[in-house]
Amino acid sequence: MIRMDDLLATTTDLRPDDLSRWIGAALVTPQAQAGETLFTEPDCARVQLLCTLRYTLEIEEDTLPVVVSLIDQLYATRAQLRALAAAVASQDASVQIEIVAALVPHTATR
Amino acid sequence: MKDPYETLGLQKTATDAQIKAAFKKLARKYHPDLRPDDKTAVARFKEISAANDLLKDPDTRRRFDAGEIDASGAEQRPERPQQPFYRDFADGPGHAAQDGFADAATMEEFLARAFGGQRGSARDGMRARGQDVSYALPVAFLDAATGAARTITLQDGKTLQVTIPEGAEDRQMLRLKGQGMPGYGGGPPGDAYVELHIEPHAFFQRKDDNIHVDIPVTLREAVLGARIDVPTVSGTVAMTIPKGSNTGTVLRLRDRGLRNRKTALRGHQFITLRVVLPAADEPALAAFLEGWTPKHPDTPRKEMLT
Repeated sequence: MIRMDDLLATTTDLRPDDLSRWIGAALVTPQAQAGETLFTEPDCARVQLLCTLRYTLEIEEDTLPVVVSLIDQLYATRAQLRALAAAVASQDASVQIEIVAALVPHTATR
Repeated sequence: MKDPYETLGLQKTATDAQIKAAFKKLARKYHPDLRPDDKTAVARFKEISAANDLLKDPDTRRRFDAGEIDASGAEQRPERPQQPFYRDFADGPGHAAQDGFADAATMEEFLARAFGGQRGSARDGMRARGQDVSYALPVAFLDAATGAARTITLQDGKTLQVTIPEGAEDRQMLRLKGQGMPGYGGGPPGDAYVELHIEPHAFFQRKDDNIHVDIPVTLREAVLGARIDVPTVSGTVAMTIPKGSNTGTVLRLRDRGLRNRKTALRGHQFITLRVVLPAADEPALAAFLEGWTPKHPDTPRKEMLT
């Protein structure tokens, strides 16, 4: 867990008012404990991503939630896809082949 | 370490604005969180970031241009601590293991198989024979008896040439090698199986290799005998009805049945006669019967009545 002050100190370019606004908009959700705002490692990585989107790629503040939402959906879908792939992988080879074959007609012709 | 100008695709004379624009463009392209499937993105992005760190600061850029520091010198500066990317948490193998999912390779293999080569080339382990497909093909009775060539068009527009063998049997399965679904990862295609559904005929019936048919004959033909034309599966044939034939009399046309697939011998056609009385009124016949006394009186129902 990292305190907000430490995060601001170690994250290049991060401005305190931006971070407060992102927390307010629930773009990153640190935990509040005994008057401290604490960030987990994934939270820090997420802040780093927000910095890149906002400062480097210069995505507008208004547009930022849209982009973050799409990224979150992408990772959620990937998690579901991985679960599906694992479920398929645990089936008999013949079942796997049938599932894959059933998917083939839905893909673009190769 | 590559030259930072080269990394960002810039000339030595690039302005600060050009450096910023070049970094923005490449960061958009290579940021690892935006390319979860690209394994090279982390390395590329680090390289781009290092080049940008060096060139965006006029002081380090001047020292690099003057040869005071080399390109790798920029990397050693403590300015940019290497923090993990968000995808390491949102999409990493640890995340997968935690939920009991298989490793990332399982997903990639599945995706490659399901959606083609878009996510990496097929590996040897993923070669698989294509799926077999089966179709039911209705076949006219006479086509099955004599054999026929048919073209069937599948739903996807593909056509299959099917040779129906002479004497094909109902529910017989034909295997068309390699005509099934395509293979995966360079594997061979599957086979197509065509099940023949032989339609019934209006008057021919099949029993093994033999054909059975009821043939109506007139009273005169049955009593006096006659030479009549009868249908067979291979065309019309003339045959002799013996004098005194009756309903239920069975005649055999030798080798006019179906060719046996194994022995190549032909079965026979069995003809069961059915005597039919004249459909229209025949006063002369009635008058004859009125005055006719049979030489041998028949008692056809004797066994039925006690």
